[in-house]
Amino acid sequence: MIPTIKQNPIIKLIYNSYVVLFFIYLALPLSVVAVFAFNDSQFPSLPWEGFTLTWFFGTEQPWLGVFNERRIMRSIGTSAFIALCVSILSILVGTINAFLFERANFKFKGFLYVLMLLPLVIPGIILGISILVFSNFVANGVEDLTGWEIEALRPGLTLVVLGQFSFITTIATLVIAARLKKFDSSLEEAALNLGASQWQAIYHVTLPFLRPAMVGAGIVALLMSFENFNTTLMLVGSDAPLTITMFDRLKEGSTPVLNAVSLLLMIGSSALALVMIFFQKSDEKS
Amino acid sequence: MIGPRTKLGLILVMSPLLLWLTTLIIIPHLDMLYVSLREKVGVRQYEFGFGNYMTFFTEPLYWNTFARTAYMSIMATILTLLIGFPVSYYIAKIAKGRLKMALFLLCLVPFWVSELVRTFGWMILLRETGVISNFLQWSGIVNQPVEMLYNDAAIMVGLVYTSMLFMVVPLVTTLDSLDDSLIEAGYDLGASGFAILKNIVIPHAVPGIVTGSIVVFMLSLGNYLTPILLGGKSSLWFTGMIYSQFITRFNWEQGAAFGFLLLGLSSLIVFVGLKLSGQTLAKTMG
Repeated sequence: MIPTIKQNPIIKLIYNSYVVLFFIYLALPLSVVAVFAFNDSQFPSLPWEGFTLTWFFGTEQPWLGVFNERRIMRSIGTSAFIALCVSILSILVGTINAFLFERANFKFKGFLYVLMLLPLVIPGIILGISILVFSNFVANGVEDLTGWEIEALRPGLTLVVLGQFSFITTIATLVIAARLKKFDSSLEEAALNLGASQWQAIYHVTLPFLRPAMVGAGIVALLMSFENFNTTLMLVGSDAPLTITMFDRLKEGSTPVLNAVSLLLMIGSSALALVMIFFQKSDEKS
Repeated sequence: MIGPRTKLGLILVMSPLLLWLTTLIIIPHLDMLYVSLREKVGVRQYEFGFGNYMTFFTEPLYWNTFARTAYMSIMATILTLLIGFPVSYYIAKIAKGRLKMALFLLCLVPFWVSELVRTFGWMILLRETGVISNFLQWSGIVNQPVEMLYNDAAIMVGLVYTSMLFMVVPLVTTLDSLDDSLIEAGYDLGASGFAILKNIVIPHAVPGIVTGSIVVFMLSLGNYLTPILLGGKSSLWFTGMIYSQFITRFNWEQGAAFGFLLLGLSSLIVFVGLKLSGQTLAKTMG
């Protein structure tokens, strides 16, 4: 079962074909989504009616392309805005958390660490409803007491950002803390000996060292936010992000426009993934 | 090493973490528990009681759906393990160098794309006018369109596909750490391939199997998109019940009780899985 040991050729053939079949299974759904974005037909299905770019650039109903679909373009913007907010917030809090768990000693540290991991094992839909219930409770309480209506606590962008932030921060913390663990703290001491203040040492020595992890955590946060569905579904207001808009459209019936958006999403995520791999490679060299 | 030295410094570094965990995780869940223990007796009038939980146990539709969701998630976990194990073994032990890296990255690709896109791909493949149905007609196996969507098998295909990555990554990691010479020793002592698999490979892979299974089970249990889109109206998935209590019927008390039941089952499985394998949450995630 390992290359150094001779194996019955028939078993080997069966095993190899199984692995090939597995990768076909992995690739199949994504490939059909991509291919049917170019089919000149009103439905993403066979027969093949010829190649077209109308599902990207078409200007007239029902041949309206993605780039001219207001509803989809607006929701891409909404998603990007949410992803950016979540990403920045989680890098910020994740970095501070990394310092807390790697550099400080305090009572209940182990307990707090486990508590910090919990958001990863809570189903996303439960995170969503619990935040919905609580924010509604606070908003109603404030309204009963003072008569003010706090719009941010009703379903909408703020709650979506908070909901996604609530579990993505755990991942950011883990990624950044893993890097901080590898840091040689004598570098900071050298900076202090040369007359730097603590803040200067952190700013000029430690943070640049953490940068690859911070970028990596930021990209993972962007991707996870962009594709999040469960938590977002419970907290969404009138400004729907892309996954929600696509879900609604899919329930109405699928059109090749959805294939075109999906293809754009695939290209976008692979580009981001490549950026991340590139950052990690250049980090290994230095 | 620079870190918080004074009490004030520690409090400052700890405050973002505490703020995040208390306002977005702990208090919302306590509030949800509180809401689930309220019974509606009139307009904005409530009484403390276990009525919402009693409804769950007395209404067969609810606990049948709950049991069905749990059962299907267990099946999905077992299938993912059975399908993913040979491939993980191939990546960890048989493929070498560049091929190994490439195959491993290929397993990651579907994860970078939104779950919605993956599910959409399966819809295009499986539906009555879909690619597989057309292929079967073209090849003469069937002589009329076949509908493969909107049944339990379709849900299973989607769940296994969506969670494959979370099984393969921990399996490859643990199998990678198995020394080839142990397998060679087994062969030298005359053991059959099956005996080696049973006595050397699988015992070594137990931590990976447990981690992967926990994550896959949890994700399947909390999944909403895949069962709804691939199973259609008859999907009967528990997250769908939670959603309809919250959004369609506006019965938050009942929905919160359902949410807690789902959270309870999910936490129980995570806890039992960790206990059985002698692992801790901090070790598994970190």
